[in-house]
Amino acid sequence: MPRIIRNGSIVEDDWQVLTLAEGETPAGVTLPAGRVLLPLSVWLARRDEIIAGNRQIGVWLDSHEGPEALAGDIDRFAVIAVNFPKFTDGRSYSSARLLRERYHFAGEIRAIGDVLQDQLFYMRRCGIDAYALRADKDIDRALAGLSVFSETYQAAVDQPYPLFRRRPAPGSA
Amino acid sequence: MYRYDSTDQQIIDQRVAQYRDQMARHLAGELSTDELRPLRLQNGLYIQRHGPMLRIAIPYGMLSAAQLRKLAEISRRYDRGVGHFTTRQNMQLNWPQFEETPEILAELASVEMHAVQTSGNCVRNITTDQFAGVAPDELTDPRPYCELLRQWSTFHPEFAFLPRKFKIAVNAAAQDRAVIRAHDIGLDLVSDDRGEIGFRVFAGGGLGRTPILGKQVRDFLPRRHLLSYLDAILRVYNRYGRRDNMYKARIKILVQALGIEEFARQVEEEWSHLRDGPTTVPDEEFARIAQHFAPPPWETLPSPDPAHLTRIEADRAFASWVKRCVHAHRTPGYAAVTLSLKASGTAPGDITDGQMIAVAELAERFSFGELRVTHEQNVVLADVRQRDLYEVWQIARSHRLATANIGLLTDMICCPGGDLCALANARSIPIATAVQDRFDDLDYLYDIGDISLNISGCMNSCGHHHVANIGILGVDKNDEEWYQITIGGQQGKEAAIGKVIGPSFYAQEVPEVIEALIAVYLEQRTPSERFIDTLQRIGIDPFKARAYAGRDRRRPARIDSREKEVVNA
Repeated sequence: MPRIIRNGSIVEDDWQVLTLAEGETPAGVTLPAGRVLLPLSVWLARRDEIIAGNRQIGVWLDSHEGPEALAGDIDRFAVIAVNFPKFTDGRSYSSARLLRERYHFAGEIRAIGDVLQDQLFYMRRCGIDAYALRADKDIDRALAGLSVFSETYQAAVDQPYPLFRRRPAPGSA
Repeated sequence: MYRYDSTDQQIIDQRVAQYRDQMARHLAGELSTDELRPLRLQNGLYIQRHGPMLRIAIPYGMLSAAQLRKLAEISRRYDRGVGHFTTRQNMQLNWPQFEETPEILAELASVEMHAVQTSGNCVRNITTDQFAGVAPDELTDPRPYCELLRQWSTFHPEFAFLPRKFKIAVNAAAQDRAVIRAHDIGLDLVSDDRGEIGFRVFAGGGLGRTPILGKQVRDFLPRRHLLSYLDAILRVYNRYGRRDNMYKARIKILVQALGIEEFARQVEEEWSHLRDGPTTVPDEEFARIAQHFAPPPWETLPSPDPAHLTRIEADRAFASWVKRCVHAHRTPGYAAVTLSLKASGTAPGDITDGQMIAVAELAERFSFGELRVTHEQNVVLADVRQRDLYEVWQIARSHRLATANIGLLTDMICCPGGDLCALANARSIPIATAVQDRFDDLDYLYDIGDISLNISGCMNSCGHHHVANIGILGVDKNDEEWYQITIGGQQGKEAAIGKVIGPSFYAQEVPEVIEALIAVYLEQRTPSERFIDTLQRIGIDPFKARAYAGRDRRRPARIDSREKEVVNA
């Protein structure tokens, strides 16, 4: 079974990412059995059918797709994945923060796509708590990427107070 | 200036450890060249024409003498004993060894320095007025705000992979010496009618291929909202800035596409969710940072200093230097001094290790141990007693740091160009040298008076040619170097983008063409006019006509730099 990082440790995980193949449409695609991360388009096209299926629901947002489309249903999702088509495409950092801070999504946010060790720290700060590392990378080594810095300046999901509200007084330990 | 506490130091030390690990993984084959590239760029490391280049951050241009000594030592030990100051007030080393860069960053960290985000598609070094804190025309010291922004932008988790680079500048003076409207975000410190400090916020400015001046997003933002408001601007840009075409990825293109009203509406909408949250900056934090920039212990001195006046009378060369390189200070008896890095025969902005040591000594002896780098690529001692100016001048002169040309034609901004930079279409330094040679007579330069001449080796416009009275842009035409000339650009509150005068010139024609432009000015000016004033009064045509008179112009050299305007090598 594939392994991902979740909440700081490596776990086996059976969620599959559904992508539409050439010629497949959101309305027509066969929904696989098991736990599936659905493309946003499939969720939007077949929302009622998926809810009626009475199973855990997961969806994935591509980097150009905002979380606004999920706002009204946010509590229905067990997992929302955010895609990094290239690790240099930084839009999904904003998506993750919006999911947590604006839409108060409490389930798992998973990074998928071009997910690499050196971006994990920023992802974690933005509220992503599960990481499907790119398959060719060493997931055990990548764990170190979560804890590069022990202190940070800005407010973010992991630390809602900026350093200037927490900074120790001069002279204190 | 700002001094790190243990937390600031720990963050920078951990950055060094992170980078060391990344380089080790790269050398072990675990991190590919493409995967390393954005990481090393965010630590200032480029791969250039002849090898690596390391760009060291100098936050808002502030340096201590100890830091400059360390830069001298690094340049000697790891490079060829020369540093180059940039228009973002940073320093570039052009000859470091790739494998030694982690060591260099560790050395920098030992003096509270780094190369964080000096490149890459992230928030770059914040820049400001080189006379911050001492300028008579200043509302308030902009440096505490710059430092607040430095901390906010350092490893901002949401904005490390923006569509493109992002530059912010802050001005607090009547004369904008930071060119804020040529920045992605320009911040103008103002006070409202109740005396509350805040910002007039501009966005969407930038030079490069499409030079645009920033437009006003908000006329007054109370200072406590600075960070949440910038988060809102950056978020709109991060989400909606173009990523399909790197030439259209800067925020200026988004602002242009949406129109400033719609852009501002989206920012305000986003900000409505963020304002008054924990990122709101309390007065205590402003006070904490401002303490670091408290005025040095200025003495009570006579002004003007009588001995200083006597020496001006007695020594014409000194008087010339004072006229061009010494600037008004808010405190009686003091002056700010610009040490020119524009001596004839040297590349503009270059400083040798020996000169770095000399400047550090000058700062220690005469200016409270601090100095500033200017975006015009010179160095400033901000707090010199008037009575010490003569001695400062003599010492500076012995190190070739006292060319009396600040604000004159040879005080050029110039990028490293094709001699060093992999992106350049043409060389810049030989053009600068040719101009220096042609205009090496100081009396002639004084007669021409205030003028700006900037040179960029390619469309990326690192040499800020768009905002110069005379701008020179290197272009490539069938593997030949050509130079396009713009006139009428300027910095300051009346910032303007220059206009192209016509087809490009060969390198050897450039000094003649500049001489022709100057001749028109000298003939047409009224006694009180600067070059830019005459140009604005009589228009571009007489200049154009003279520049091309007698030249057998071949067909215009087309700007052929698209494929070379690469992002980061």
